[in-house]
Amino acid sequence: MKTIAIMWLRAVKRYLRSRSRIVGSLGQPILFLLALGYGLGSVFQAAGQGNYFNFLAPGIIGMSIIFTAIFSGIELIWDRQFGFLKETLVAPVSRINIMIGRTLGGATVATLQGLIVFIITLFFGFRPYDWALVPVLILFMLLVAILFTALGTMIASLLEDMQGFQLIMNFLVMPLFFLSGSLFPLQGLPPALGAIVKFDPLSYGIDSFRALLLNLSTFGLGVDLAVLAVVSVVFLGLGSYFFSKIQI
Amino acid sequence: MDSIIQVSNLVKKFGDFVAVNDISFDVKPGEIFAFLGPNGAGKSTTIKMLTTLLDPTAGTIMLNGEDPVVNPSGVRKSFGIVFQDPSLDDELTAWENMEFHGVIYGVEKKLRRERIDQLLAFVELSDRRDSLVKEFSGGMRRRLEIARGLLHHPKVIFLDEPTLGLDPQTRNHMWTYLQDLNKSEGVTVFFTTHYMEEADRVAQRIAVIDHGRIIASGTSAELKAQTKKESLEDAFLELTGKTIRDEDANSTDQMRRMGRMWRGGGRR
Repeated sequence: MKTIAIMWLRAVKRYLRSRSRIVGSLGQPILFLLALGYGLGSVFQAAGQGNYFNFLAPGIIGMSIIFTAIFSGIELIWDRQFGFLKETLVAPVSRINIMIGRTLGGATVATLQGLIVFIITLFFGFRPYDWALVPVLILFMLLVAILFTALGTMIASLLEDMQGFQLIMNFLVMPLFFLSGSLFPLQGLPPALGAIVKFDPLSYGIDSFRALLLNLSTFGLGVDLAVLAVVSVVFLGLGSYFFSKIQI
Repeated sequence: MDSIIQVSNLVKKFGDFVAVNDISFDVKPGEIFAFLGPNGAGKSTTIKMLTTLLDPTAGTIMLNGEDPVVNPSGVRKSFGIVFQDPSLDDELTAWENMEFHGVIYGVEKKLRRERIDQLLAFVELSDRRDSLVKEFSGGMRRRLEIARGLLHHPKVIFLDEPTLGLDPQTRNHMWTYLQDLNKSEGVTVFFTTHYMEEADRVAQRIAVIDHGRIIASGTSAELKAQTKKESLEDAFLELTGKTIRDEDANSTDQMRRMGRMWRGGGRR
């Protein structure tokens, strides 16, 4: 337990100390919100779909969570040869506890990022339809964060160096984000796209955020929770397995 | 017990490649032991097996009476290690790095805090306890790693090229700490190095490994006599030959280069 706690604490301390990274990583979400939210606003409105900025906000919150979470998982690669991981692997602690601590820490950091983006949307006039649901939103954000941190850890456990990282970002994370309904509604999609969206765990995450913030859901909150929970458990399992196989 | 480290007929194969080819040696408690060899000789692989990071293909290891394969957790409590590449967390303070180590090694809080203070004083880093490690020079990092490796009072401390890239003053300091500790606490020191004069000066016994086999072992004087050479460096060259051992740059080397770039132009 103490191991998990201290790994968590380490992740959070590192995050809170990297002010420039925090501010830097907010750049993209804000750009998306402004450029797309206001840029496409009138088009979206004319199509009868309502306020695009509001529609987009949960998607952008999801964006910051998935990118931060995967990145937390991937930090493992750097830690692996360059630091800290060796110290933990040689210590008399179980690798499972190390993995859980890292994952919870990384997920906490990703959730904090998501919260910051949420607060920024409030500055632009976005309002949740029911404030009482915000704590529930935070729980769902954490669940999505855990899912993707575990995925990041799993991938990082399989990579030996940072070369694969570019490939992962472009061919895994970007598609996961763009094909998750973060940016577009899930009704009326061409069948192929619709099918892909259903396979993307992030879609269920974004759907749950929209449900809790805008009362707008395609899959239903229950389905979202079930899918996110099951996929999280699978990724945590796979992540732990591959993490335990790391040889340095 | 007789030996604190006992290695018998140890073999490690990676597919068809035999990295460690039936080696046997032992280290006495409280000894300062140097493990020398050219690049690619099998030193790192051997140390990884001793420190539970790799399982042997064949042969046995006993460290402080425990087998790393059978009881890795028990063995891990018995040793500390200072790796060739720093394994500190740059974004945490010196104190936090020590605290982290203490927690995961199960050192109880009061004792932990006392020892952190003692050890930081011992390596002369007390005044920098609350500074972030990323501000430390290579020498300071190495000193912190030694302090950290000793926090749980291990019986053995492994050091992989501990003075690589350090200035003479720091190197001198480091060996002074290690020798003091060896004398006062009886910590066994097991190290690898390319600096033969250091091994000559400091090591009580030496083993030379090449192509996965131990080709010579004994005191520095014995090795010099055996090869009829005046210095340990010449004895080493006599034993291992003068051809340069090229190693392919693996991903570790690439990351080391990147690491140097990121850390600001070559300051280790």
